[in-house]
Amino acid sequence: MAKFHAKRQNRPVPKLEPRIAILTAAIITVLGLVSVRLYYLQVMQHHQMSELADRNRIRLHRVPAPRGLVFDLRHRPLVDTQPTFDAEIVPEDSPNLSETIERLEGYLGGDDHVADKIAAADEEGRPPYEPVLVAERLDWPKVVALEAHQLELPGVSLEITPGRHYLYGRLAAHLLGYVGEVSREDLIKQTAYHMGDEIGKFGLERGWEPFLRGQPGGQEVEVDAVGRRLRVLREMPDTPGESVVLTIDLDLQQTAEQALQGKNGALVALDPNNGDILAMVSYPAFDPDVFGAGVKSADWRALMSNADHPLQNRVIQGTYPPGSTFKVLDSIAGLQEGTLNEDTVYTCGGGIWFGGREYHCWRKHGHGSIALHNAIVRSCDVYFYNVGQHLGVDRLAHWGNLFGFGNKTGVDLDNEKAGVMPSSAWKQKRYHERWYAAETLSVAIGQGYVAVTPLQLAQFAAMIANGGIRYRPQFVKEVEGLDGGVARSYPPIVEQRVDIGPENLAFVRNAMADVVNGAGGTAHKAQLPGITVCAKTGTAQVVGNKGSLVAGEDEDKMPEKYRDHAWLIAFAPKEHPQIAIACLVEHGGHGGAASAPIVHAVMQRFFELHPPAPPTPELTEDDETPRPAIAHVLEDDPTDAVEER
Amino acid sequence: MALDRRLVVRFDWTIFWIVLALAGIGLLSVMSASYRGPHKPIDPLVVRQLIWIAAGLVAMLVVMLFDYRALATYAYPFYVIAVALLIAVEVIGHSTGGSRRWINLGFFHLEPSELAKLAVVLVMVRYFREEPPKGGWSLRQMIIPAVLLGVPVALVLKQPDLGTALILILITVTLVFVSGLNSRTMIALAVAALCVMPLGWHYMKPYQRQRLVSFVNPQADPLGSGYHIIQSEIAIGSGGPWGKGFLKGTQARLNFLPEQSTDFIFAVFAEEFGLAGSLLLIGLYTILIARGAWIARHTRDRFGALLAIGLVAIVFWQVAINIGMATGLLPVVGITLPLVSYGGSSVIAMMIAMGLLISINIRRYFF
Repeated sequence: MAKFHAKRQNRPVPKLEPRIAILTAAIITVLGLVSVRLYYLQVMQHHQMSELADRNRIRLHRVPAPRGLVFDLRHRPLVDTQPTFDAEIVPEDSPNLSETIERLEGYLGGDDHVADKIAAADEEGRPPYEPVLVAERLDWPKVVALEAHQLELPGVSLEITPGRHYLYGRLAAHLLGYVGEVSREDLIKQTAYHMGDEIGKFGLERGWEPFLRGQPGGQEVEVDAVGRRLRVLREMPDTPGESVVLTIDLDLQQTAEQALQGKNGALVALDPNNGDILAMVSYPAFDPDVFGAGVKSADWRALMSNADHPLQNRVIQGTYPPGSTFKVLDSIAGLQEGTLNEDTVYTCGGGIWFGGREYHCWRKHGHGSIALHNAIVRSCDVYFYNVGQHLGVDRLAHWGNLFGFGNKTGVDLDNEKAGVMPSSAWKQKRYHERWYAAETLSVAIGQGYVAVTPLQLAQFAAMIANGGIRYRPQFVKEVEGLDGGVARSYPPIVEQRVDIGPENLAFVRNAMADVVNGAGGTAHKAQLPGITVCAKTGTAQVVGNKGSLVAGEDEDKMPEKYRDHAWLIAFAPKEHPQIAIACLVEHGGHGGAASAPIVHAVMQRFFELHPPAPPTPELTEDDETPRPAIAHVLEDDPTDAVEER
Repeated sequence: MALDRRLVVRFDWTIFWIVLALAGIGLLSVMSASYRGPHKPIDPLVVRQLIWIAAGLVAMLVVMLFDYRALATYAYPFYVIAVALLIAVEVIGHSTGGSRRWINLGFFHLEPSELAKLAVVLVMVRYFREEPPKGGWSLRQMIIPAVLLGVPVALVLKQPDLGTALILILITVTLVFVSGLNSRTMIALAVAALCVMPLGWHYMKPYQRQRLVSFVNPQADPLGSGYHIIQSEIAIGSGGPWGKGFLKGTQARLNFLPEQSTDFIFAVFAEEFGLAGSLLLIGLYTILIARGAWIARHTRDRFGALLAIGLVAIVFWQVAINIGMATGLLPVVGITLPLVSYGGSSVIAMMIAMGLLISINIRRYFF
């Protein structure tokens, strides 16, 4: 190539030339190879391949992995999986579909409309040869009948699927949740799922789905011309789901459920030293087994239309006025802010006048001159009207927020409610109205705008028990790997540390101890021998009689739906608390009457299981000296959880 | 004014018609892959693909109007944007089937890895547009391209998208080869590649290893990729010399693959149009590639020539790997068939690439 002309030519990149040529040759070679391969497949192998396609009898059959188990704190299973039998049909495999359907319906007992189900699946875009589920959870006689008549039911097969089984029925239903068939919306979001797969829909089953589910396996199955399985060509094993160990103690949970039996309400018990939920009950409950494989519409309707809302988890979704339990917050806020001290005395004559109307005390005759300790013990409304007035709503709200009121606790369950901790800013935002001083009176005795969930109140009790640390409530201790080791653990999470003076804390605890043990206390029924229980009762008003907040003296004569809800918060032992409880009995009536025995039962069971340790190593078991009421101070290290849970 | 005349005169009809033909084949195949039966409505996928093709054609014509040499200036910024988008996928990505590949823009799921292919081509061409020293590039001069390649490769591997990572590497290797290496560098790089292979094996996901193992030994194959390959081969083979006819494929009806409108679209097409159709398709790609190579050889500036080679390399490697996989010559990696597979990002990115090729051809005389 003449160098002189090179620049004049069309090809100014002679250096690239040879390599482009090599590249082009390589490309032609590769595409040639591909063409040869195509010739081989489409011409030489054509007949074999056509035959394989005509009798394409290789089916992929997915096998769901057994779902992980759920254990309680002491590793007793609460949920497992058991084989269930479903009937499926591949319409394409049935030469005479209508006849097959007719026979199949005969064996199934006729309440399953097979044709409709096939039509519905096709409507949803079922790919050909994808089986349609026609009947689930068959009982044994039907299984036998289908098995025996397999020959006259081409395309019909029995599927064994691991079904979810809740060993204790309704126990902890709101916590464990339930599983159901994956919905179309889920399928769009979760491509790892296929039609007909099981997915956690609620509670733990939903939240821990990625751990519990495992990896489905599958089989490559050869079937004959009528769709009967001939043999499994290849098998891919599934990976079972990992198991979840809860912080819930089965014994305690059972005790709590029995104690609440026949009532509507909620109970939640926390370990104040780490925020673990030891028991969580919401009544009425539902039977999670009902959902296992597609809830029947009648069952669903019954659950949805039930006036008592069994699907609602009252522990986190029920918001109620906290009633007198709030007086503990008033006391701490007043003592800390200095608007109140231990010797502050107010006189209760059964009510006060404020802003032109009367605010009653629940005790018509009043409490006379009363100081803070007794005001808490006897739950004097008038005393706390005064405390509230001196504090003002915004300081009260500030302390309420510190203790977690008005915010979600962050527990790992869906649809938790935040409740309401009113303040002047809140009212401005919510109602575009200023705050009236009189409204503070209602807030101070836990009525009016204030609304809390049982879990928030349990957290509040736990914070008084542990000296002001707000832990995020957790109910999963660990996820257990397939090798039995810990795949994931959940250390305590500190949400907030509230600074409360030790002497104030001790004062409030002493008062709460006298609520149970002192003269005139409102929760004597919560007493335990040998253990100092601290508690506070409360009444969440259902219907405030207009014009006065007097509670009916003769509640027993009232229709139940107008009766107030009964609250009790408690923790024990006073010296080194191991358990904190909030309990609400809907329409349980005034004060702690209805809740105290329930809390008593749970506490009693708890201390049977965990005999309280002596507070200090020097003191022996039979040492009779009274224990000093010292503020229980935790180490700063939140992971230093109680060993013996 | 003068420009207008040249645009018309120099307009590359060959490329234009081939792009249209390929898009048409793609549309038919997507229709086939999503066909549910004679009485079922057309899948919205088909309509969407039509929209992508139209949008792609507009993009192609717009790109064609611009002088490709301006791209030299914008190569690095464009590359940075593409990498940023790949990082964004990690953060706000939309995952499907266990891999995060898309950014949801509401009306459109952007797949940044498609843009990354163009960006890598641009940035490499920008780097290699200088004449190499006598004897070719040395190893030291390979460090920057290695980094420029490594970042997007690491990011797409994280998605995980083995296919795109492979394509990025192959187009870079192609460009490096064409731009000229000295023989010592070539040997050094080959040795390095051999050393990296065991490492790659170590970092592979178990299913990817399984694919390789099953490719070498189909009997060791679990469910899944082996089944896919067998079904794909059955589809192609049963098409025979002339095919079963449009919408008459039975294999495609089986829905044996979740990716039959994307990665395995070739099987759907080959079943219905047979060897004749397959060879026609390969023929179209061959003409397109040859045309691209021809443009590269007849372009006056090195930048344009290398850019043309880079664009051709994208098309070639995707075609070779995609069809190789569908016919069982290669292990399963997810790679789309250019302009034929369903997908907005891949169709539009490919059309932009073709617009660039036309742009080079129009301007190869302007100096």
